[in-house]
Amino acid sequence: METNLPIHLIVFLPLLGAAINGLLGRRFSWTTITAIACMASLVPFILSVQAFFHMRETGAEVLRQVPLFTWFATGTFSVDLGFTIDRLTAIFCLNVTGIGFLIHMYSSAYMKEDEGYFKFMSYLNLFLFSMLMLIMGENLLLMFVGWEGVGLCSYLLIGFWYTDHANADAGKKAFITNRIGDFGFLLGMFFILYALNSQGLPMSLSFEDLQANAGQFSELATIIGLLLFVGAAGKSAQVPLYVWLPDAMAGPTPVSALIHAATMVTAGIYMVARMNFIYVQSPMAMTVVTAIGAITALFAATMGFAQNDIKKVLAYSTVSQLGYMFMGVGVGAYAAGLFHVITHAFFKACLFLGSGSVIHALHHEQDTRKMGGLLKKMPITGWTFALSTAAIAGLPLLSGFFSKDEILWKVFSNQTTLIPGWVFWLVGVAGAMCTAFYMVRVYALTFTGTYRGEPEEKHGHDAHGHDDHGHHHGGVKYDDIHESPWTMTLPLVVLAFGAVFGGLLGLPHWMPGHPTNQFDHWLEPVFGAAHGLKFLDNTSLELGLMAVSVGLAALSALVAWHMYAGKGKHLPGQIAERIRPVYTLVFNKYYVDELYAAVIVRPIKAFARFSWRVIDDGLIDGVLVNGPANLVHLTGRLVRLFTTGDVQRYAFFVLGGVWLLVVVWLAE
Amino acid sequence: MDANVAAQATATAFPWLSLITFLPLLGALALTSVPRVHETLLKGLALGWSIVVFLISLGVYTSFEKGNPDFQLTETHEWITSFGIKYAVGVDGISLFLVLLSTFLTPIILLGSWTAIEKRVKEFLICFLVLETAMIGALVALDIFLFYVFWELMLIPMYLLIGVWGGSNRIAATIKFFLMTAVGSLLMLVAIFYLYFKRPGDAPPSMLLSDYIGLDLTKTEQLWLFAAFALAFAIKVPMVPFHTWLPRAHTEAPTAGSVVLAGVLLKMGTYGFVRFAMPLFPEAVTEAIPYIAGLATFGIVYGALLALAQNDVKKLVAYSSVSHLGFVMLGLASLSVAGVQGGMLQMLNHGISTGALFLLVGVIYERRHTRQMADFGGITKVMPWFAVMFMVVTLSSIGLPGTNGFVGEFLVFVGAFTAKGDFDLRWHVAVAATGVILGAFYMLWMFQRVMFGPLTNEKNKTLKDLNLREWVVMLPLIVAIFVMGVKPQFMLERMEPSVEKFIAQVKSPKATTTTATTTGRGTIGSTASTTATGSGTRTTLPVPNLKNLGAPIKPVQVIKPNLPADDHAGHGHGPGEAH
Repeated sequence: METNLPIHLIVFLPLLGAAINGLLGRRFSWTTITAIACMASLVPFILSVQAFFHMRETGAEVLRQVPLFTWFATGTFSVDLGFTIDRLTAIFCLNVTGIGFLIHMYSSAYMKEDEGYFKFMSYLNLFLFSMLMLIMGENLLLMFVGWEGVGLCSYLLIGFWYTDHANADAGKKAFITNRIGDFGFLLGMFFILYALNSQGLPMSLSFEDLQANAGQFSELATIIGLLLFVGAAGKSAQVPLYVWLPDAMAGPTPVSALIHAATMVTAGIYMVARMNFIYVQSPMAMTVVTAIGAITALFAATMGFAQNDIKKVLAYSTVSQLGYMFMGVGVGAYAAGLFHVITHAFFKACLFLGSGSVIHALHHEQDTRKMGGLLKKMPITGWTFALSTAAIAGLPLLSGFFSKDEILWKVFSNQTTLIPGWVFWLVGVAGAMCTAFYMVRVYALTFTGTYRGEPEEKHGHDAHGHDDHGHHHGGVKYDDIHESPWTMTLPLVVLAFGAVFGGLLGLPHWMPGHPTNQFDHWLEPVFGAAHGLKFLDNTSLELGLMAVSVGLAALSALVAWHMYAGKGKHLPGQIAERIRPVYTLVFNKYYVDELYAAVIVRPIKAFARFSWRVIDDGLIDGVLVNGPANLVHLTGRLVRLFTTGDVQRYAFFVLGGVWLLVVVWLAE
Repeated sequence: MDANVAAQATATAFPWLSLITFLPLLGALALTSVPRVHETLLKGLALGWSIVVFLISLGVYTSFEKGNPDFQLTETHEWITSFGIKYAVGVDGISLFLVLLSTFLTPIILLGSWTAIEKRVKEFLICFLVLETAMIGALVALDIFLFYVFWELMLIPMYLLIGVWGGSNRIAATIKFFLMTAVGSLLMLVAIFYLYFKRPGDAPPSMLLSDYIGLDLTKTEQLWLFAAFALAFAIKVPMVPFHTWLPRAHTEAPTAGSVVLAGVLLKMGTYGFVRFAMPLFPEAVTEAIPYIAGLATFGIVYGALLALAQNDVKKLVAYSSVSHLGFVMLGLASLSVAGVQGGMLQMLNHGISTGALFLLVGVIYERRHTRQMADFGGITKVMPWFAVMFMVVTLSSIGLPGTNGFVGEFLVFVGAFTAKGDFDLRWHVAVAATGVILGAFYMLWMFQRVMFGPLTNEKNKTLKDLNLREWVVMLPLIVAIFVMGVKPQFMLERMEPSVEKFIAQVKSPKATTTTATTTGRGTIGSTASTTATGSGTRTTLPVPNLKNLGAPIKPVQVIKPNLPADDHAGHGHGPGEAH
């Protein structure tokens, strides 16, 4: 449906903001920079709200405008620069611009003192632009443009404090790991074009055409789905490509909240949902997506146990939660997976910003061993953190409870995956128990008990992931700790509100007075292809399983509370001692980084050096190129021995030749 | 025929191409009369002159007729009559933007090396203007002999540029560059002679390229001749394993030499494939495609690996060229519209991006007289604007969407992956795409080592950011990077008809014959008709449906009395096919 709503503006206003601040911001005051950057995120949010309500009122399924221009076209390949909003996009738009705006506001205080403030706000705007391009682009290639764009912004923002090599390394690692994913994305796209071209169809990547031609991909659905998923696994930090996300915490905390929790990392889930018409054609691809999601959900959750850096815990938690979302979209329960995207955006952004508030108050201390008792000093931060912790742990009636349990039920009841659903369900419940444990642990260590960061105490310098850019590490006196300014706490409150009440957006069918899930209903037109998928329908079993998972998570949370806030504070040390090898393994994140370095990175570098020194300089240049040249040179030197211009020597040669002939003649 | 004559009448109305070809040479001559003490005047004159040439070359662009696959703005004059050698020039969609790239880069390079060249400034400027004439001449020449003259003429100033103004190891590098290139060229010359004598005895002598397309050659002949041409061009590209002269030449050349080498001269190799080697010997191409595609793919990954191992920024960029040119060759080998278009675009992209990279390396080299990454680190702190531009160019080099690098790379991949040929290049694409990962790896690693990290080296702490001159040098390139990345269509739509014609010439040579836009005397109808369908009776061309096209396709039907002309000129469609 053609619309008069200015939907192009949603995409391009952030770009404008980025350009103005990026090019001229060096001369601007803090106020000007803030005003420009915040307006460039607020106005798109308002426009998104307008578009959303417009769609609700008119019942429109798609809003689109005439493409701006043909980006490039040749032969039968053609791609337009155009944007559309359908019901899936509308939800993402609200999420991206809404949380985006809150984080712009938060950053205006958090990053105020930084000399690169203008650059930071410009990058944030550029990120919004790219993310909106990703979700609003009318074709797969524009999605890829946004995809690479958010990757670039992520790279720039992780390495924002570039003078520290650890930060620059983390940025580079994120970019290159994502490139490995993009390699899969590109090949998936090529297979799509290959399928179209071999059927004699024009090579168009617009979602509308792809959906209309979905039947053409039946034979290639598995390979396309798997290749695209490689891209999704890179962007959304799934096993085995998750390694960049924990390192990405080197970036300023607002970045971690916006990019590495609420928006960018969910792009992979968005992509799988967007390409649902391909995935539903391949149970194999669906099984792989679900399995990788399940493995990641549990694997990453266990790594959350032993981390001491508050942001690292949240990072592994994010990886784990993304795994749940993939389990949802993997089994074809697209709305369930996306519902978790939204609720997770609320509580995880809140948790990250809360951790940022703590880090800000403690002058860039991130080690939970140096925290404690902060609830009294920072009540707003503490309470919002607590509510979000309860939400992610799945406390009944909070947002995370609804979304996680919907996923778990759908995974259990699905009839499509090649591995039975209960296997995934068990893994998911185990992950949920871990989640409840490490989240309660991190809350308890940070906000309860007594403060352990008094400056007298000398402490070591943890090399990883600090928000460290030249600030002192002397620690802050407990009495000097203050709650953060309102520009930082207001976003916390808004997000905590979402974390608590976000579940209302998609109350399940078994809730009294809610025969249909509103969230599912809203997205129904987008996932028409998934209607054929079969799920068990058994409400009492659903409720029973839910009781089991909630009960186990609650038990796990109580144990954690006992061990870290209650009387069992001696237990963690004892347990760690008892299972020392396992603890060391988990503490070192299973040595996966070390493994990759040893098996992939170092061999490539060594092979590159070998190629250069031995193959290129030695063989190709030394033998093949210089060889003939040397041969000519040698021949010349040899011949020079005979052509001396010395008549006597010539006479000697002649005489010698005659003697030789005579000898030969005599010998015969 | 009439249409053709008319077209030629309008085409020869203004000698655009001769003007831009010989103006630089004229400028070089003029410079000889300025005393060498007036260095600034000399530089100013050369720069102003090259800007004038660029502005005039825009006239070529505006006069260029979109949708016409054939040569335009043609000029033909008798030159060496006894051998039928002519001065024949023209542009089509394939050469148009390469000509513009040459005229665009020349003033940028001259301004870029304003202070870098300290000795023999006058000779340097003259050398450079002569080089510009040679480059443009080689790109617009439609006579094989004329092309060869310009082709060899390029070698001399380039030889001097490295040999006189180069670094400490310049002599060894120059010799390697010269010898390797010359070996290829000489083989090509032999092949050209062979071709010349293969023309039918009763045909008037000619060296026009168009008279040789569709020449009746046995497959063995084609293979040998193609090998000779291809070797000359493959060395120039350079394709692995003929690339070892390149890093050495780049490392020793002054910035200006490196930029022009990467920006334009390497493209002569790929251009040679498109213009000469592939259309002249289509049957050989069919045989050679697996090898070309294989070497191209190997070169992409291998070049990237070599780049990864470097500690010298300039060497890294040089090896990355090997990788990037592999993309071009893979696109050409796909023989699909998207692939060849992508390859063409990638030639231009590489000219812009790599040219810009060399200029940026020149900027820090001028300040620090080192190119070792270990000598830098944390430069962003002292040179923030330099950092921004370096980042943009780096991103363009690794093909980030929105920059020029992406569109070319993507089209090459799409073209090669979906090509409906005898060869499945899907595995090639899969392997080549790993080059995209490696590209990000070596470029970002280099960027980090130079620009990020703590600013520890005392000598780096006082570095000055870009000055006004350097801004002026870099800005046009940065703008080009974005323009070509966001709106490449103005190029693609002008290239497409010529690219389609090229593909038709290579893929179904029997369906295309010469188009005689360059000569009023006409050409020999397809001698290939002896092997064609055998219906030798048709003497007129079924043109009605072509007339309806309204498109400026100008078919020429020249009938040789004893040879039935079987085919018609044009787009490569069969005679009865509309479009």
